[in-house]
Amino acid sequence: MAEVEDTLKRIQSQTGVIGTIVVNAEGIPIRTTLDNSTTVQYAGLLHQLTMKARSTVRDIDPQNDLTFLRIRSKKHEIMVAPDKEYLLIVIQSPN
Amino acid sequence: MFLPSVFPTYAWHHEYFCAQRSCQTIPLHTTEAETQSKDVLDTGTQTDTQDQINQTLSLGRDPSDFPGLLGFLRGVEDLVILELEKNSKSHAFDGFEVNWEDQNKTVSCTYRLQHPKAHERHLQVTSVSWNCTGSVVACGFGRMDDGDWSNEKSYVSTWNLDRQNVNTKQPDVDIDVSTPVMCLCFHPLLPSVVAGGLYSGEVVVWDTTRTQDPILAQTGMSADTHREPVYQVNWVLGTRRGEYMVLSAGSGGRVLLWTVDGAKAKLILSSGYALIQQQLPQSGTTRGSATIGVTSLALSPWDLDTFLVGSEGGLVLKCSFSSEMVATVPPDGESVTLRAPMQFSFSPRGGPIHSVHFSPFHRNLFISVGTDGMAHLHSVLQPHPLMSLRVSDSYGFGVRWSPTRPLVFATVTGQGLVHMFDLGRRSSRPVATIDQNTGGQASYCLEFNPKHTNLMAVGNADGSVNIWQLSGELTEQGAKEMAMLDQLANEVAD
Repeated sequence: MAEVEDTLKRIQSQTGVIGTIVVNAEGIPIRTTLDNSTTVQYAGLLHQLTMKARSTVRDIDPQNDLTFLRIRSKKHEIMVAPDKEYLLIVIQSPN
Repeated sequence: MFLPSVFPTYAWHHEYFCAQRSCQTIPLHTTEAETQSKDVLDTGTQTDTQDQINQTLSLGRDPSDFPGLLGFLRGVEDLVILELEKNSKSHAFDGFEVNWEDQNKTVSCTYRLQHPKAHERHLQVTSVSWNCTGSVVACGFGRMDDGDWSNEKSYVSTWNLDRQNVNTKQPDVDIDVSTPVMCLCFHPLLPSVVAGGLYSGEVVVWDTTRTQDPILAQTGMSADTHREPVYQVNWVLGTRRGEYMVLSAGSGGRVLLWTVDGAKAKLILSSGYALIQQQLPQSGTTRGSATIGVTSLALSPWDLDTFLVGSEGGLVLKCSFSSEMVATVPPDGESVTLRAPMQFSFSPRGGPIHSVHFSPFHRNLFISVGTDGMAHLHSVLQPHPLMSLRVSDSYGFGVRWSPTRPLVFATVTGQGLVHMFDLGRRSSRPVATIDQNTGGQASYCLEFNPKHTNLMAVGNADGSVNIWQLSGELTEQGAKEMAMLDQLANEVAD
């Protein structure tokens, strides 16, 4: 299953990428390139936020669904790719 | 013989007068009252233990334990990489700023601290220092205008500004010192420990929590001590892990490093450096063994081996702690061999350099001010200044970079004004000038608060310390500031 690691490496090598985390459906991180405490914090908070964002989209229109979540902050851009079982979180420093 | 016979008469019964009297106290009034608090509230709080991290991570497990993971990653990889690429090239958010909160638009003086006894005796504030928590400001009193050898009593006072009622006329801690205080520096980790340098050349470490005898350690009067006023003290990380040493420098041309021996209440000389004209790098003329009086010193936040020295003669020197060259001074009873630390000399100025400060955002940049009233922006790699700005028509006494804005620095001048410069403006005029109402008297020192970075303490010749709250414009970092600072540092001086 080295392919999983290869995929993560390819994402991590993109311009400005600070960290990549894969989180399972319970919000528990299963792969990370960051240190443990930062990973736990990002995973827990972004899992909650993604679930909330998804329910917001579906409450507005039950036919609709969340496909991607991006958060722009002063220091970073956080991208979340959701799925029924996993979340991929990528933290990028713009510029 | 005839004996007269005497018959005394006795009145056996007297009449008694009796009368009846009565007495009564006023009846006691008693009342009963009850009191009872109506609501009872119990709350508890508990932090999570560190063990929990292990339960919330399943990093060590094999990817095959997660069915569908590979499929998921394959599915999102292209999309994520596409977005990351687009985002790294995007300029959509350039210059975009969100106004989340009302920005503090004005600069205001939150406190004007004064020591009544020092004020009465017209003592001046020679130094200020914030402690590591950012709550307490210490100020040292002394004299800058008086060149005489003085044994005048002086004070070190501290105010805790996070208290509910700050009494600006009464310091929380007031330590008596036998000679004027020239410089102070709080310990980088211990909030109550402060080091100070005195006019007599002594270096003292105080612990402000000890009310009886606040002196934790001192150099005393030994052969190792400075013989002339100490202009700068700093804490330096020692060779042993976690141990801080005191660095002191003075007009005697000595830079000395002391270890604190709390048990003996002594500062013990660990290494010493002497600055001599003769050993100046790139110096053609040898002017005997005259010492270079140190008026200011700056430590590099990036390179623990490097420090800068500003001298009475207008020299700014880059020095190294690890220098092995022996200083050519006749031994004078010192317990260590003095070394010559100088590595590089920047272009000399006309008059004492009162303050030098390394940029907290760029490892090569530093700024210096002196009696010529100019602020010179230097790169440590070039002898000539990158930029020179007139900060005052009189003297410049202190300069500090903003801890939050890479392009901003503040200076205090001989007229009691604080000028804030923004290098991003490409203008030689200050972006803000703060009039301190000192009645034309000088301001000698300034220090930004390390924790509450919008606060700045300024010490004045009229014996007051002003605590300024800076506006959002002067404290919020802009979008392209770091890039502009890099560009500035890479410029080649003419």
